[in-house]
Amino acid sequence: MIDQIPLTHILFLSTALFFIGAYGFLTRRNLITMLMSVELILNSVNINLVAFNRYLHPTIDGVVFTLFIITIAAAEAAVAIAIIISLYRKINSIDPEQADELKF
Amino acid sequence: MTAYQIWFYIIASMILGGALLAVTARKIFRAAIALLVSLIGIAALYYWMHYEFIAAVQTIVYVGGIVVLIIFSIFLTHNPGHTIEEPVSIREAFAFTGCFAGFAFVFSLLNRYSFEQTGDALNHTMQVADVGRALLSTGSGSYLLPFEAVSLLLLASMIGCIVIAIKIRTHK
Repeated sequence: MIDQIPLTHILFLSTALFFIGAYGFLTRRNLITMLMSVELILNSVNINLVAFNRYLHPTIDGVVFTLFIITIAAAEAAVAIAIIISLYRKINSIDPEQADELKF
Repeated sequence: MTAYQIWFYIIASMILGGALLAVTARKIFRAAIALLVSLIGIAALYYWMHYEFIAAVQTIVYVGGIVVLIIFSIFLTHNPGHTIEEPVSIREAFAFTGCFAGFAFVFSLLNRYSFEQTGDALNHTMQVADVGRALLSTGSGSYLLPFEAVSLLLLASMIGCIVIAIKIRTHK
């Protein structure tokens, strides 16, 4: 059964996933791959919520929170991709360092 | 080691391997496919925890929606076979050190903390009907107001996407 794996192992997994995502977000120089790193970070939070719900809390609150986070992540990805495509039309590149249109 | 534990470690290595490839691969399309593997692994982890409904939602929304959207945007903005730029090495060193230190810190905290159950959570099974009831009722333990707020957010982001990405033709 599920108690053969302690809760901390799942938390180690989600911590590792979070910092992998953070590393990608800090080092990538491409807006689409930065968006992919943000998705990894959001997913690590979802794993945490679901695992806490499974192991510690006999209700469905964690599942409902995860549903809301998935919804908001989908909306965020759609808006981000719209912005990326619009930016690509303007400056013909998706390197965040070349996107200095708003710089004074 | 039982089959249950072996499955957990297989799923964990799938998630972490996919994530590592997604943030380090030099070909952007390959990074998107690695992200796909990682997200499928996360859906498998939910399945492993007996949350079949949330595993299905993860598969539909992330694997079927967001990854396809990302691949579309890659095709709209890159030539096939395009190699992404190497990260600035000083920035990469700082990011690696910071992330490793953060991971070590959280790891040591988690190692020392013992989590205590509230009630018999391990034998609690989730019914999908409970989720529907929680989303569409008022009172304690229900989420009608956030549900409506999220529906408004989805509408706003849909209109926003169309307005941002629309191409205005100028007649000459």
